[in-house]
Amino acid sequence: MTDSMTETAHGAHDDVHHPSDWDYVKIAGWLAFFTAIEVGTYFFEDTAPRWALFAVLTFLMIIKFIMVGAYFMHLKYDTPWFRRIFTAGVVLAIGVYLIFFLAFDLFGLG
Amino acid sequence: MTVMAMTTTTPLLTKEPPLSDTSLTPTESDAAAADLAEEIHDHEVATAPPEAALTGGHGTTTGISNNKLMMWVFLGSECLLFGALISTYLLYKERFQDKFGDDNPLGPSEIFDIPFTSVSSFVLLGSSLTMVLALSAISRADYHRFRVWTLTTAALGTTFIAGQIYEFTEFNEKGLGWSTNIFGSAFYTLTGFHGVHVSLGIVMLLATYIMHKQGRLNQDKAETVEIVGLYWHFVDIVWILIFTVIYLFPQ
Repeated sequence: MTDSMTETAHGAHDDVHHPSDWDYVKIAGWLAFFTAIEVGTYFFEDTAPRWALFAVLTFLMIIKFIMVGAYFMHLKYDTPWFRRIFTAGVVLAIGVYLIFFLAFDLFGLG
Repeated sequence: MTVMAMTTTTPLLTKEPPLSDTSLTPTESDAAAADLAEEIHDHEVATAPPEAALTGGHGTTTGISNNKLMMWVFLGSECLLFGALISTYLLYKERFQDKFGDDNPLGPSEIFDIPFTSVSSFVLLGSSLTMVLALSAISRADYHRFRVWTLTTAALGTTFIAGQIYEFTEFNEKGLGWSTNIFGSAFYTLTGFHGVHVSLGIVMLLATYIMHKQGRLNQDKAETVEIVGLYWHFVDIVWILIFTVIYLFPQ
């Protein structure tokens, strides 16, 4: 059996590993906590360094993105093919629009 | 009976079942039947197509549900759509000139109401929780909770859309219309597209509720709810990006 076949068969039978309702509530609690921190940065917009705000907000945004995808959308438990397909879309979008930004000199490099 | 049924599924076997041989004693007959059953089993294993062992209950050659696969492909393509809209907004967010070439003083700092939009964000985040609870409920045939969580998700989505309509109305009254300047066009197009996606999600949720009430959606078809849930969570993920990049990043 090839690796891809093994992954497919594994993905088709691992429904039993899905989190419980209480696990979902805990994950939502963490997401709400992270969102509260994000909103909290708004009140430090005039005092905190801009680079620090960008760093914190970007980090929290990525964490929330991954948590929703991994747990609520079951990417952590489903077959790896779904994760690969979605990641391909995300990576393609990031690549295309980074080139777009460079073409329009959004970063001020030109 | 069992042996007869197996015999009908293996027409390639030429060996006649010895059960018709009345000269055999009951013990010999049982042993012969067992041998035949084993031979049939070996034959089926040897001739079965290789993908049959990997269908994972979905009846597909990949072992993956085609419906879920197509939803993930669709969501992957949606990344490019929203990537285009967010990129366009970032490119034009400082273009405040109106059609007469005068600067319209209404920019993000002047019009955004962060506390109000934060409440909307918590509402949409909460709807993702209720959506996954609805899927969990129908997966264990807890139909009462499925109905409750599905309607709660739709209600939270409707609250979010109501908030967005209120926000758009407020912005318009402050003087920022869709065609006031390029910033306004980019902002309304991005958030409007997201709002349309949420609205479509609400329609899908109500459709699953109605299908369930009509008896056409139960535990056996929980995957339908899962697919609607994938779409709903994706809409939530996009809002996570929009809320941070558009509203919270320092202007």
